[in-house]
Amino acid sequence: MTSFRIDGGTLIDRNDVRRFTFNGEALTGFGGDTVASGLLANGKQLVGRSFKYHRPRGILTAGAAEPNALLTIGRDGRRDPNTRATMAELFDGLEARSQNCWPNVNFDIGAANGLLGPLLGAGFYYKTFMWPAAFWEKVYEPLIRKAAGLGRASYDPDPGYYEKCWAHCDLLVIGAGPAGLAAALTAGRAGARVIIADEGAQLGGGLIAEGSPVGGKPADTVLADIIGELHALPNVEIKKRTTVFAAYDDQVFGAVERVQKHLPEHEINPHRAMERLWRIVARQVVLATGAEERPIVFGGNDRPGVMMAGAMRTYLNGYGVAPGKRVALFANNSQAYQTAMDLEARGIEVAAIIDPRTCPNIDYDGKARLIAGAMVRDTAGRKAIKSITVRHDDGRDEVIAVDALGVSGGYSPIVHLACHRVGKPVWSDAHVGFMPPENTDGMTPCGAVAGKAGIAACFADGGVAAVKALAELGVMGEAASLPGVEQSEEKVDPIQPIWHVASSKGKAFVDFQNDVAASDITLAMREGYDHVELAKRYTTNGMATDQGKTSNVNAIGILAENKGVSPGEIGTTTFRPFYTPVSFGALVGASKGMDFQPVRKSPLHGWAERNGAKFVETGLWYRSSWFPKDGETFWRDSVDREVNAVRTKVGICDVSTLGKIEIFGADAAEFLNRVYCNAFLKLPVGKARYGIMLREDGFVYDDGTTSCLGENHYFMTTTTALAAGVLTHLEFCAQVLWPELDVRLASATDQWAQMAIAGPKSRDVLSKIIDDDISNEAFPFLAAREVSMFGGRLKGRLFRISFSGELAFEIAVPAGYGESVADAIMAAGEEFGITPYGTEALGVMRIEKGHVTHAEINGTVTPADLGMGKMVSAKKDDFIGRVMNLREGLVDPDRPSLVGIKPKSPSDKFATGSHILNPGDDVSLANDQGYVTSMCHSPTLGHAIGLALVKNGPSRVGEEVTIWNGLAGKTVTGILCNPAFVDPENEKLHA
Amino acid sequence: MSSLVKCPHCGLRPREEFTIRGEVATPRPNAGADEAVWFDHVYLRDNPRGEHSEYWHHSGGCRRWLVLTRDTVTHETSDVVDASTLKLGEGA
Repeated sequence: MTSFRIDGGTLIDRNDVRRFTFNGEALTGFGGDTVASGLLANGKQLVGRSFKYHRPRGILTAGAAEPNALLTIGRDGRRDPNTRATMAELFDGLEARSQNCWPNVNFDIGAANGLLGPLLGAGFYYKTFMWPAAFWEKVYEPLIRKAAGLGRASYDPDPGYYEKCWAHCDLLVIGAGPAGLAAALTAGRAGARVIIADEGAQLGGGLIAEGSPVGGKPADTVLADIIGELHALPNVEIKKRTTVFAAYDDQVFGAVERVQKHLPEHEINPHRAMERLWRIVARQVVLATGAEERPIVFGGNDRPGVMMAGAMRTYLNGYGVAPGKRVALFANNSQAYQTAMDLEARGIEVAAIIDPRTCPNIDYDGKARLIAGAMVRDTAGRKAIKSITVRHDDGRDEVIAVDALGVSGGYSPIVHLACHRVGKPVWSDAHVGFMPPENTDGMTPCGAVAGKAGIAACFADGGVAAVKALAELGVMGEAASLPGVEQSEEKVDPIQPIWHVASSKGKAFVDFQNDVAASDITLAMREGYDHVELAKRYTTNGMATDQGKTSNVNAIGILAENKGVSPGEIGTTTFRPFYTPVSFGALVGASKGMDFQPVRKSPLHGWAERNGAKFVETGLWYRSSWFPKDGETFWRDSVDREVNAVRTKVGICDVSTLGKIEIFGADAAEFLNRVYCNAFLKLPVGKARYGIMLREDGFVYDDGTTSCLGENHYFMTTTTALAAGVLTHLEFCAQVLWPELDVRLASATDQWAQMAIAGPKSRDVLSKIIDDDISNEAFPFLAAREVSMFGGRLKGRLFRISFSGELAFEIAVPAGYGESVADAIMAAGEEFGITPYGTEALGVMRIEKGHVTHAEINGTVTPADLGMGKMVSAKKDDFIGRVMNLREGLVDPDRPSLVGIKPKSPSDKFATGSHILNPGDDVSLANDQGYVTSMCHSPTLGHAIGLALVKNGPSRVGEEVTIWNGLAGKTVTGILCNPAFVDPENEKLHA
Repeated sequence: MSSLVKCPHCGLRPREEFTIRGEVATPRPNAGADEAVWFDHVYLRDNPRGEHSEYWHHSGGCRRWLVLTRDTVTHETSDVVDASTLKLGEGA
């Protein structure tokens, strides 16, 4: 194989040999190489196949805009698909593979798509696959996905660690080319806190590729001097390999730093982030993002070997890689002539420079033949370019043999970050490009993005931009005097725009990555999609992973040319983050696996674990759902046993996850009276009350108990699910609706361990550890007060409330004492057969008792629907939801209301969500009578029971109905009944 | 949408600490108010182009409800005050 590595290369270290593989073939490169330069040095120009037509594609650029050379790098969990070879640094042991080719990149069956080219033009998805609709999902989409694709993601977890950080600075300099470096140096010398970020592995931007001396000094010496001084300034932070990808509001910038992506596996520190997602808050910003060299749209412009002229110069001067042995250049501007001079200086033959301008005013004294007024109309060569066809100004064609073609169609300022916040770029005829918006508040564009050309002019502009930004901060600065600045002059290169070579033969590509040709753009126009945003979506131009960095301006130019207007009148599509793709790893940061969200464990979690609990995730909480014993193989074995134990003896359940809110203040009672629909003003000290909270629209929001623990001190419990929601709601009421009330709120959910002790023996158990008298007389139903425990060693809060329907208490102790107290209760209850029970048994018992949860409080019910209409106070002047609760539709007696339901035959089962129909009725919405909200097997009754919301339900007790389960295709005959299946007279509660 | 919010109690804080409830509704009517007034308060919200006042809750900070006024076009935030000032006035 021929090596294209020649002398020189400021970026590479020839003593650091690095082995890598490309599609399995072993190759070598050097430290400092990118994968792209490593491949080019080995003569690998063909690196992939195009998206739609599977055409051979080579490396086009030397930077972030690369549309073609997308490779899959790495293996297993560290596999990164769609990696731009031009940005990936070469490390020892790197494995790279081509994408979108089968069986391989050299022989690709999909290339037959190219023959179908005429059928695959703009809008072909819309035209071809319109019918039959069922074919889309089953046939077309899988086929298209297989044929037209990019790299595949790995199914293995990424072993790397990712993190997110904030940074703050006075001045953020985006881009470390000559303009950015001059700005950072200027601001750094003035003492400002500077962050300078660049996406490259090396600082320097255009200086890296500069072969000529700058102000009489070698370019690499100039660069080394600047970097040395920046490193020495303690107030300047340099971020290499850091892409600023978004400009957000309030001067917050998103950036991703590739910390260890360039390292071989054995050098990766597992305790360091692979990538870091930064949010940088900058008081001022200098935008020095440079300009992207534009391709020219001509026939066969996608053939491997066709490369941007500036990229050729970077590979030559930075990496010591020759683009070919006999090179031609096709350019409409004078900067490309620098490439010709640098190539010739390294002894590479420049066969011709084709310049469409008739009399270019160029100071070029090289050996290459200059063909003015001409254009390249075609290229030839199967997998790499062999020749070009030049159309002379007299109409004559000439074929010139070359093995590489450098192209330059002008420069597009990289304005993205100046446009992320609404701003639209402004067309400049002089620069033949879209310039940053005029009003970029807090951001100063400079250098090539502001239309400056040449190292010295960018140095000068960067210094001026920094002085301006510093002045905004009230800091005096002096523009850094860098080599060549004294002699630099403002000059605008006379560029002749070419949007499309009219004499092109064959496909002339605009968007390489999405395979959009000039003919697609004109087709879209003919079909009426001539607005820039429509043309983009109809042709998919600019919609690939490169977001049209090399294609958008040419597409706009073609639209403008065909409409006979200025590109400025066509305008650009909208610029949005992200500037370049950001890995999911970086966006996810540490939030994955068990760290995806916080885990909340009850203070009794350890106690539950010791007692063998099975846990269930409810929101962030892990709640004990049942406690299996030896020999129990099925969850219901345990649940039935737990229910029976509570109903006949005594059980203990962790209820710590209920929301707990402490409420204080002189107006606390009045406040409660306004947020609950039932009366709270006269709740005496030492008493608890069940309360229903409405939303302002009159529907039930949440329920729970609130206890009065002292004068102006209340303790509210909420459901587990709405603990945060209720607190937020109460805060809104207290701060926004009634700020005049003296009331203070504090969440105490995590401060208390709370246990329910339920069952006929519960008082016997608790009497052994509670010092106070808790007899029915001394501590009746709904009593609530602080009690002394363990002979005065601990104070707890005791509530006589019951969710199970049994004689029951809830005891709350400071969270840290929770486990010891639970253990003590277990020991005290041993003689009574105390049994730990979980949320499943709790759920069974509340259904048996007809108590509601959020299965019933589902956002569509009023208190009356739940059979608690009498609780809604008619006396209170006002409370949340009072007025809307009286709306016509909410007081309709025919509304679905709570009722119990059981199967007619005790052996039948039915499912939650089943609908209720009158016997014999057809299944239809009109015949729908309601639905089952909860169901369970009742061990107490020995059959299935449920709760349902049924039209006029309570007045239909005893009626036979059909329970229809459409999903399972099952119907069961049921009977409506009292929802309180167990102890409807509440005798147990008051025992 | 603002990236940074100047909480009157905590200073400049990242947006992620806040929860947005939506437009500042009409003041809560009296219980005896006309039904139409109640419907407006509970349901009707504007979606203006331009200046817009919203309830923001500093849920990850001081837990105060704030009224934030911003421009839905330019995203400029012109004012952030404690929501109690709607009823009690400034300096409350």
